[in-house]
Amino acid sequence: MIREKHFAFLDENSKREIRRALLKAVAIPGYQVPFASRELPIARGWGTGGVQITLSLVGKGDTIKVIDQGSDESVNAVSLRSLIQETTGVSSTIHTAQATLIQTRHRIPERPLKEGQILVLQVPLPEPLRNVEPSEYKTKKLHGEADYSGVWLKMFEDIMRYGQVATDADHPVCVNGRYVMAPSPIPRFDNPKMNGSPALMLFGAGREKKIYAVPPYTKVVSLAFDDYLFQRERFAGKKCRLTGLTNVYLDELTDEKTGEVYYQTNDSSYLLEYLNREKEGETE
Amino acid sequence: MKEQEQPVLTLKHFNKFFGPGCPYCREKPENRRNGYCPKCHTVYACQDISLSLYRGEIVGIVGESGSGKSTLMQALYFDNAATGGEYHLEAYQNGKENIFSSSRQQQKWVRNMLLGMVYQNPTMGLKMNFSARSNIAEKMIAAGNRNVHSMVARSDVLLDQVHIPPARRKDSPCNFSGGMQQRVQIAKALANEPPILLLDEVTTGLDLSVQADVLELIQEIQRERQNSVLVVSHDLSVIRMLADRTVVMLNGRIIEEGLTDQILEDPQHPYTQQLVYSLL
Amino acid sequence: MGYVAVKGGAEAIRESNLLEKYQRCRGGRSVCVDDICGNLKKLVDCVMSESSLYSPELAALAIKQAQGDPAEAVFILRAHRSTLPRLYVTTVTDTSGMQVERRISSSFKDIPGGQILGASPDFQHRLLDYDLYEETCGDARAFQEQYEEEILREIGEEKEKQTGEAGRLPRVVDYLRSQNLIPEPVLSDEAPHDITTEPLVFPSTRSIRLQILTRGMTGAVTALGYAKIRGFGISHHPNIGELRVGSLPLRIASDLSGTREEYYIGEVEATEVEIFMMEEQQEENEKSVLGIGLGYGLCFGQNEAKAIAMSVLEYSMEHPNPRDPTSDEEFVLLHIDAVESAGFISHLKLPHYVTFQSKLDRIRNIRKENSHD
Repeated sequence: MIREKHFAFLDENSKREIRRALLKAVAIPGYQVPFASRELPIARGWGTGGVQITLSLVGKGDTIKVIDQGSDESVNAVSLRSLIQETTGVSSTIHTAQATLIQTRHRIPERPLKEGQILVLQVPLPEPLRNVEPSEYKTKKLHGEADYSGVWLKMFEDIMRYGQVATDADHPVCVNGRYVMAPSPIPRFDNPKMNGSPALMLFGAGREKKIYAVPPYTKVVSLAFDDYLFQRERFAGKKCRLTGLTNVYLDELTDEKTGEVYYQTNDSSYLLEYLNREKEGETE
Repeated sequence: MKEQEQPVLTLKHFNKFFGPGCPYCREKPENRRNGYCPKCHTVYACQDISLSLYRGEIVGIVGESGSGKSTLMQALYFDNAATGGEYHLEAYQNGKENIFSSSRQQQKWVRNMLLGMVYQNPTMGLKMNFSARSNIAEKMIAAGNRNVHSMVARSDVLLDQVHIPPARRKDSPCNFSGGMQQRVQIAKALANEPPILLLDEVTTGLDLSVQADVLELIQEIQRERQNSVLVVSHDLSVIRMLADRTVVMLNGRIIEEGLTDQILEDPQHPYTQQLVYSLL
Repeated sequence: MGYVAVKGGAEAIRESNLLEKYQRCRGGRSVCVDDICGNLKKLVDCVMSESSLYSPELAALAIKQAQGDPAEAVFILRAHRSTLPRLYVTTVTDTSGMQVERRISSSFKDIPGGQILGASPDFQHRLLDYDLYEETCGDARAFQEQYEEEILREIGEEKEKQTGEAGRLPRVVDYLRSQNLIPEPVLSDEAPHDITTEPLVFPSTRSIRLQILTRGMTGAVTALGYAKIRGFGISHHPNIGELRVGSLPLRIASDLSGTREEYYIGEVEATEVEIFMMEEQQEENEKSVLGIGLGYGLCFGQNEAKAIAMSVLEYSMEHPNPRDPTSDEEFVLLHIDAVESAGFISHLKLPHYVTFQSKLDRIRNIRKENSHD
């Protein structure tokens, strides 16, 4: 017997607290707002921050999309989506353009977002200065003093050692010219999508108990020296096996039968929409 | 002539104590025994220190350990917060603002742009696991430089000046000798061409021959750039070599000051006399 | 016919859940929740303490659901706890009011009230007992009846005398205070923070540290306490001033009857430890002397090692030392929670293809540039 659950699982006080934290976050773009993260039936580290934001915002009229690694069918996305749907009954979709609220782990959808859409990103480690300074007490002060020389120095040292900055995903960005923020482990490929996006982007770190936000049409710049420009992942000479697309983030896969390495569009719904559009074009 | 000039650095009635302070000691300096309050155990590391530094001169601060000289340097570099007093720099707001009461951000600006510090312990001034070039770039980055090539070029010029060979510039100071580490610190202190240098026991702990090298380098640099320098040492021979004027500290207070030659020739305070006689 | 999305995630999860259940049911056995409550009391105590929810039945149920994994059981209970409404806060519970079942002091041979060994595995020889293979419920019942009849009848009269006020024992700490060896504490009526409803910021307060410690993983708290007393950085050999295990009455206050009255609502079993650390103190006349500092530990249930380690860590964080990682509150408090640490460690099992692809790109790029030089 499972006791009857409250709409969207969380009690109203919890939702209110989370929404207040969100409002503060939106008012101070890129600033990490501490919040009392609630315990959920989903493990810490598996999206509780993102889920708390979604559950606090979702209403009966919403349509949600939940993706992980760009895919709606990834097991964890399925698990999160079912938690949200079981406790709210809201409808879901795989089509980016039709969703009002998109919760995502590690990717921003390829299809550009529109005004009025909300993107909720799952964050494991919200602190961009953590590598430079282990203490939370100190990093809070550094943010207050806008002292980000530690991050720049690390990038400089990378260039000295390797000839280029060694970041992979989660490359830090400067938001609205003030706070340096960890965009969550999205690939560098997706960083430019945040700049001036018409959508509202919200970031939830449940285990670390922080919420932050980038309001619509905000300037978001990936940190880079003037003479060592920000580099996205390159798929030079590679393209999607199914669509031939080259300007999307690609998965590297191995053909089971032939052992051949091939590439495929990572954003599964984008891939599907593209293939269906092509097909429609054919039948016309 | 120097009297007419405005000093580049002025310190007035600087106080630094560690502890809560209490009615017995706070307002009554006479109750502090050797800079220490027997009732509340507050340590008065620096008591009522006033001094001025003029353009292009080197002032030495000599005292034994516990005299407060390092605490003084740390306060001037904002490594710790002053308890009281005024700190003015001519290059900042024309000397009109008391920098001790400026905001942390303003203090950081002063620290990056107007001051260069060399610590006795290189681990305090350098990131031992970052390359020598990165250490120097750190200051330039803090000053807002975002161009790698220009920072590398400038680091190399400075490393050249302090005689660090090109082959070692990508290495980390953890692999350098003590003398080399101090030289990297000096290069770093000069990164933003600050008008003022603070040198805290920079040769203490080094071999005598290495000491001589570093001291010569400091003289060379100062001659060329005409920095105004505060040199702290417990070793009067270092002070004698470098400083035009000298200030003697004991138990957190200045007990004697004047031209270095005069102090060496004719020390007034018994403690100074002790120091001078042990030198000869 | 257009392309359709590849489905399968939901089915995979469904099958995985069934397989989990199959693992539990495969032997054709279903352990009774009462059995867990009765025979696995120590595990129940551990899980209650780490979930900061006192209910032996719910803890036993969670243990059954988790197939005996304590971290999973704690996870389940914490999630459940988070759905419960907060109806009341108890009045301050003075642990001097504990009905003591077990009480020892390592600091004095004899203490007012006496050393009461109570139920403890401490002096058993840990030899695997094969007889337990054959023990049946009948055997357990027979032992229970025999024990209750013979032994308790003996001490029955003694116990009669010890109810009420006499059942409460004076504290060892009070004895040392009366000797001026431990300073009187500075009392504070500051309202404690509730870590489940307020964001955690540093520097923390004592109430925050105590709450996080008491619900910390037994293994983690014990390991860090061990590191402290073994002397990683600093050497401190503490003495247990007093360890008590017993039941604490809980009361709430209500104005329902018109006047403020306290109502007894039940009791919880708890373990309390006060630990003595030798430390430097200052006398009035500025001289340094040695004295005794206190560390405090309190847990739901009988969790002795954890309460002892907790008291050591509590002392440690009250006296921070840069050389001692166990005194760094960020290092200790952020890493001992079962749900957070197991969660984040386990999250590594989640797909990280996109980020890994990004890493590969960077590695390949750097190597390519390198080979050009």
